[in-house]
Amino acid sequence: MSSPDNGYLRQNRRVSKVASTTVRDSFSVSLTVGAYGVAFGAASVANGFSVLQSCLLSLLTFSGASQFAVVGVMGAGGNPISAIATASLLGVRNGLYGVIMAPRLKVRGIKRIVAAQITIDESTGVALNQESRGADAMRHGFYLTGFGVFIFWNLFTLAGALGAQAMGDIRAWGLDAAVPAAFLGLVWPRLLTHRDRIIAISAVALALALTPILPAGLPIIATAFIAIAVGFRP
Amino acid sequence: MSALWIATIGTSVIAFLLKYSGHSIPERFLSNPKIQRINALIPIALLSALVAVQTISEKSKLIIDHRLAGVGVAIIALLLKAPFPVVVLSAACTSAAIYNWF
Repeated sequence: MSSPDNGYLRQNRRVSKVASTTVRDSFSVSLTVGAYGVAFGAASVANGFSVLQSCLLSLLTFSGASQFAVVGVMGAGGNPISAIATASLLGVRNGLYGVIMAPRLKVRGIKRIVAAQITIDESTGVALNQESRGADAMRHGFYLTGFGVFIFWNLFTLAGALGAQAMGDIRAWGLDAAVPAAFLGLVWPRLLTHRDRIIAISAVALALALTPILPAGLPIIATAFIAIAVGFRP
Repeated sequence: MSALWIATIGTSVIAFLLKYSGHSIPERFLSNPKIQRINALIPIALLSALVAVQTISEKSKLIIDHRLAGVGVAIIALLLKAPFPVVVLSAACTSAAIYNWF
């Protein structure tokens, strides 16, 4: 099956053809994220946001943890400033992903705006997983996953928001417990070391201790200091 | 503009600026290992705090009710390595059952 052209062909194909493993990685991640999209849409409506606001958060903010945070803080009775601050602290990591991806994507103008908007955990994660397959595979992984998650995340947000809206009394459906359970599902995989678990438990204790004292929203932001204090020393 | 709209637009604008700044500013500003480390720990603290506040508080009061039972079952599901939808649904079913029947 070998011919003198083989090398040339393979090289040529590399430009246009996307490796099937990259497509598979991207697709499976995009679809999995859909489940979280339903949870977000439902959580958003359960916390008082309209279906339109829920969908705009998914379209424009497009970062799961930040979105859950803003609806969580507002739902707990916080003011918009604490909600935005909490969401933004969680959004800093997307900036760090941008730093990693920018030299690999090398895009400017409108393309950079698009690339920035889809710079999230999943797109960066899949891109870095393709590292052994070369620079093209990384770019493909980034864009396929970014766009894939964008589409599924937004469709499923709409579904979750409409579903929650149709429920009426959300407590009768258990949605008021499903929301913190969804947060828990987000944080659980991050608790890898003993130190991580200590931080989580301290944050729970601090937030609950401050809840009767501080205005809503601030007890949550205050726990960022635990992360800063622990992370500050090597 | 209502508080919810301010939160929606404000979060979206800052989220985009954070993403865009990563693509635009020199690497050295954000590649400091201390910042990287703190950044990895912040979601753990904030999300854990959110779980607690959403489970055990209402306005500025601490309240133990059907939600705690639901989240307790979610913890069991997570310990049993259940997938995300199972975790959320088991919490919802438990909480709804207690709310409706007790």
